[in-house]
Amino acid sequence: MGEKSGKDIIKQMQDIAIKIYNTILKKENPSVNIPLRSLNNVKYDEKEGYFELIGKEKERTLTASTAKTFAQTLRMMAMSKDLIKSDDIATKREAYYISKNWGDAKFLEQPESDNVMDDIEAMLMTNREQIGFVPEEKGGAVAGQLIVIDKDENGKELKIDCTKFGSGAYSVPVSVEHLKFETKAAFILAIETAGMFQRLVKHNYWKKANCILVSMGGVPTRACRRFIRRLADDKKLPVYVFTDGDPYGFFSIYRTLKVGSGNAAHINEYFCVPQAKFIGITPQDIIDYKLPTHPLKEVDKKKIKDVIKNDPFCIHSKEWQKALKQLADMGKRAEQQALAQHGLNFVISNYLPDKLKNQKTWLP
Amino acid sequence: MAQTTLADASEKTEKKIIAEELAKKQREIGVAEFFAKNRHLLGFDNKRKALLTTIKEAVDNALDACEEAEILPEIQVEIIEIGEEKFRIIIEDNGPGIVKKQIPKIFAKLLYGSKFHQRRQSRGQQGIGISAAVMYAQLTTGKPAKILSKIAKDKPATYMELMLDTKTNNPLIKAEQEKEWPEKDHGTRIEMDIEGSYQKGDQSVDQYLKETAIVNPHATVIYTNPKAEQLMFPRATEIKPKKAQEIKPHPYGVELGILLDMLHVTEYRTLQAFFTNEFSRVGPGTAKEICANAALLPDMKPKEVSRESAEKLIAGIKKTKIIAPPTDCIVPIGEELLEKGLKKEVNAEFYCALSRPPSVYRGNPFVVECAIAYGGEQPAEEPMNVLRFANKVPLLFQQGACAVTKSLIGTNWRSYGLSQSTGALPLGPITIVIHIASVWVPFTSESKEAIAHYPEIIKEVKLAVQECGRKLSSYIYKKRRIGEELKKRGYIEKYIPHIAEALKELVENKDYQKENVETSLKEILERKRGEIEDIEADNEEYDETFAKIGKKEKKKTEEGEEESSNEDDD
Repeated sequence: MGEKSGKDIIKQMQDIAIKIYNTILKKENPSVNIPLRSLNNVKYDEKEGYFELIGKEKERTLTASTAKTFAQTLRMMAMSKDLIKSDDIATKREAYYISKNWGDAKFLEQPESDNVMDDIEAMLMTNREQIGFVPEEKGGAVAGQLIVIDKDENGKELKIDCTKFGSGAYSVPVSVEHLKFETKAAFILAIETAGMFQRLVKHNYWKKANCILVSMGGVPTRACRRFIRRLADDKKLPVYVFTDGDPYGFFSIYRTLKVGSGNAAHINEYFCVPQAKFIGITPQDIIDYKLPTHPLKEVDKKKIKDVIKNDPFCIHSKEWQKALKQLADMGKRAEQQALAQHGLNFVISNYLPDKLKNQKTWLP
Repeated sequence: MAQTTLADASEKTEKKIIAEELAKKQREIGVAEFFAKNRHLLGFDNKRKALLTTIKEAVDNALDACEEAEILPEIQVEIIEIGEEKFRIIIEDNGPGIVKKQIPKIFAKLLYGSKFHQRRQSRGQQGIGISAAVMYAQLTTGKPAKILSKIAKDKPATYMELMLDTKTNNPLIKAEQEKEWPEKDHGTRIEMDIEGSYQKGDQSVDQYLKETAIVNPHATVIYTNPKAEQLMFPRATEIKPKKAQEIKPHPYGVELGILLDMLHVTEYRTLQAFFTNEFSRVGPGTAKEICANAALLPDMKPKEVSRESAEKLIAGIKKTKIIAPPTDCIVPIGEELLEKGLKKEVNAEFYCALSRPPSVYRGNPFVVECAIAYGGEQPAEEPMNVLRFANKVPLLFQQGACAVTKSLIGTNWRSYGLSQSTGALPLGPITIVIHIASVWVPFTSESKEAIAHYPEIIKEVKLAVQECGRKLSSYIYKKRRIGEELKKRGYIEKYIPHIAEALKELVENKDYQKENVETSLKEILERKRGEIEDIEADNEEYDETFAKIGKKEKKKTEEGEEESSNEDDD
């Protein structure tokens, strides 16, 4: 990752501040430009394999309705500068609480402060960890043929063998840039639910298939995405993704892992896994494996429509469009665990081996 | 009562005809006797109201007398507590005085007066009020009313003590003498002892006198209440109101019985002359047309008109097109004086007043006037404060039964920016004055408390209210706009120090000019948003002591300015 030094970031922030300062002294109305953080502002770059910004910006000019956010943005930048200088970090929640010292400019709810934080991140085209803020959530769980090389508190190398967690797993840290890897595994399998991950771990699927298992626990966090990306790039490993057979699994989990999100488009370059392939559960699997289903919920139907219309990745991919339409026509969805209908270990003995063998059943 | 008992009679003759027996009990009821028993019809329902009505009748008469004589009124009202729930009431005016011969009839004979038969705008109209007060005084304390009246500087004043024979409705003169009254060139003073109860607040004497002062800005009233506090309502203008003109009845307003009476007492010899001379807006042509429409000859003698023919005449009148009665006989208060009076009473931000052009109901011309005071110190969540007046007399009772209230409820106030639920008065910091002036105000009862629901009157009140309402709504919306603008501006200024502070931390320059940043930001924002329109209203006419009169002592609830904390983000 094109890591900027703390100094660079501080310089960047100071440049913005000085520009505002001079504008004000000239008695002109100050403004800041922030890249628009939404799917409207990304395109799918097939060659690079991720969502790229197309340069739409919102201009936050100082007006009655923006005054508070304007002040908060500047105060948050000042907070970030202090964090970088003292080589400290604050969680998103802590940052929210620090703002309580700002009197009238304090944040009332954390989503407000998260939003301003994301704006600054996008404005500086950097990752929030680099401006001193870290999320609360864990990066995901890992088990299998992998040794992670981390550092202890004294900076000494620390080898973590991911085969030695028994029925437990290695937990991906918030920041993964410094990690190194040793592995002889053949591929990475990223799994949506912790339940399925548990089953595969318990039955040592990683040993049978010679792979690394990663539990994403829903939409993968940035750290999880970056971890998979670095590992896959480093060791030239293919990445297979295994989610529920529903629009959420396809386009919230898989799509975010593979090409990134609209919200963090400015850093998708680093937080995507273009080599990821979707192995299941596909709409066709529901038919082929005669899986028990649930009817699509209203939100599912809405999401399908929305994705087909607006998601640049889907618009780019005929196969995904076809798959979504197929799902919509069926009006059904199936969970990973539905495979248990054919026996608890059907997923290990039949499903995964079959799917891995047969590329034609995958989705891009 | 005066009857011999039935038992006696039946002993003497066994077979008596019942009807004859009953006939012994049947006799004429004196008009005074009737009202003595039905005093509530005249406004003497209870002790508190009796006190007010007594004063009201005397003051109304004094104002009428002054107006007729074109004198700027100066009226003194005094209430002295003389015993438990007993009061001596003294009302003194500087009017033209009353000639000796008339004094007993005016003060001690019901339904005697100059105003009942004439079509002219005046406060009193029935000739009941003051005699009823005298009668009430004698019924409750047994004391006669004491009258002193002087008609010219060089003549002595007449003093009389009067009571009223309730059976015959005739005055009883208990004492009479000439007296010197050097303080006055002319005027009348009446003193009565009555049973009553004095309270402040709504529907009190204080409130009545204050509201009287609002709509009679040319009058000075000096009032001493039972607590010996003297209140002064000085006149606000030296301009006398135009004297109200008397008009003849309009044919459209005449009913069969009245027409028959008029036909029988008229001195004119033909129907044509009768109509031309006894009615307004009837010329020879119109008179002939009425007769033609009634299939009667214009030269018929009025005294020979039978009841059947009179009915035909009424029908004939209805078929004939007759111009509306003249309206110059109505003397409105006027927009300017009405607004001035209201400003004295209510400290508000916005005032407007309006006089409608004259209109007619049942052949009687009338004028509706309306004034509004909005905002200021008035409570925002209470129903609108309604002040009703008829011929410059405040109406303090029966608000719910009044045509004015009906019109106000029937007006859609929501479109003027107030909240209102169906069938109710609107809520808001607003006081409304409605004045109806007419040669004959149609009250729902003799106590003159509510105006009858004539559609023409309701319509005119609504039109007046709507016109004021439109002005009000443009003010309210302007105020809201400016309020929002001020809020936004305050909003920006609130965050200026934070911007300056954060920039200081980021720029890290020893020469950072924090104050300059703050003042510059203020300048930038000021320039961007432009000047705010000034809507601060300074009411110089407001008189705090005046406004308090007639109001219950209220605890002031401090409503802190609560800034709502849910601020909008972009």
